[in-house]
Amino acid sequence: MTFDLETDTRLAYVLRLADDLLINSQRLAEFVTNAPELEEELAIANVSLDNLGVAHALYGYASELGGGEESADDLAFLRDEREFTNCLLVEQPHRDFADVMVRQLFFDAWHLVLWPELESSSDERIAAIAAKAAKEARYHFRHSSSWVIRLGDGTAESRRRAQRAVDGLWRFAGELLMSDRVDADAAAAGVGVVPERLADSWHREVRAILQEATLVVPVDPFVAAGGRQGRHTEHLGHLLAEMQYMQRAYPGMVW
Amino acid sequence: MTYEIPELEGEERAVATGEAVGEWPLWEVFVRAKRGLNHVHVGSVHAADAETAIQNARDTYTRRSEGVSVWVVPSALIHASDDSAAMFEPFEDKPYRHPTFYEIPDEVGQL
Repeated sequence: MTFDLETDTRLAYVLRLADDLLINSQRLAEFVTNAPELEEELAIANVSLDNLGVAHALYGYASELGGGEESADDLAFLRDEREFTNCLLVEQPHRDFADVMVRQLFFDAWHLVLWPELESSSDERIAAIAAKAAKEARYHFRHSSSWVIRLGDGTAESRRRAQRAVDGLWRFAGELLMSDRVDADAAAAGVGVVPERLADSWHREVRAILQEATLVVPVDPFVAAGGRQGRHTEHLGHLLAEMQYMQRAYPGMVW
Repeated sequence: MTYEIPELEGEERAVATGEAVGEWPLWEVFVRAKRGLNHVHVGSVHAADAETAIQNARDTYTRRSEGVSVWVVPSALIHASDDSAAMFEPFEDKPYRHPTFYEIPDEVGQL
């Protein structure tokens, strides 16, 4: 990648928004043909495509900010693991449906509180993308939260799996609410938001759902972070290998 | 693709038995294309309850802006007519029951 993310924090900010969405979209796409019912498969594919659509708009803007040397596709399919700045949460694999829906709840709640703030970004492009994404996020949150409530407050088996998912993924959610210099610069310029400012809202939304689902909120304060700096868990490499395979094996291939 | 994650101690791993598990109940879906029109039957979805049936209907039948309102009804609650000849055929030779059978006087104007 030829971008200088150290100096161009606006570009870095747009890229991390896009990376979160692309990686989450790819994770959800893995569930297609594996969902418990055809209807749920369609619902998950819908969310995945919504995420991909917003990611595409953001990568397009990032490409422009970077001088157009790298296209949106290049950014998605030709960057390496260390160049992706998505949060660790979205790259986490799932064992079962509960993992998918709890991961989705944490991620959707983040967008539920983030996009309305970005609608008033001083950057018109980001504001326009946020306005579209905010509507989608409200539905995504409704979908994942209603599932988490059903799983948590469902059978003994569904509850056990939902609690296992919450316990396993909780440590990765905190990274969404932590800021670094890119967030601070973007916020100072009126372009972005400092995540800590949204932490209370995020916790309110998520805890209300977990409470209704009769699930226990973990007390472990440990937060696994590093994704924003390109330091990922071992799972991202596998995901990229699958997602980027075509462009790596057949460079420039189109269909 | 999924990745194997080590199970915590004491956890039981669900084993696929190959036995069919219970399917979710079926719901009939009715969509209103726009305000002022009737809800029209468009198909059916599987769902565990009414709320998820509405969400599934939304994702299955309105993702291309086909509707502004959705009804779902448990399919089991619908009672259908039989298709026997006695049911509908007797009406086939009674065209005078159509309003178009009659001459409408000019004074009536637009109906």
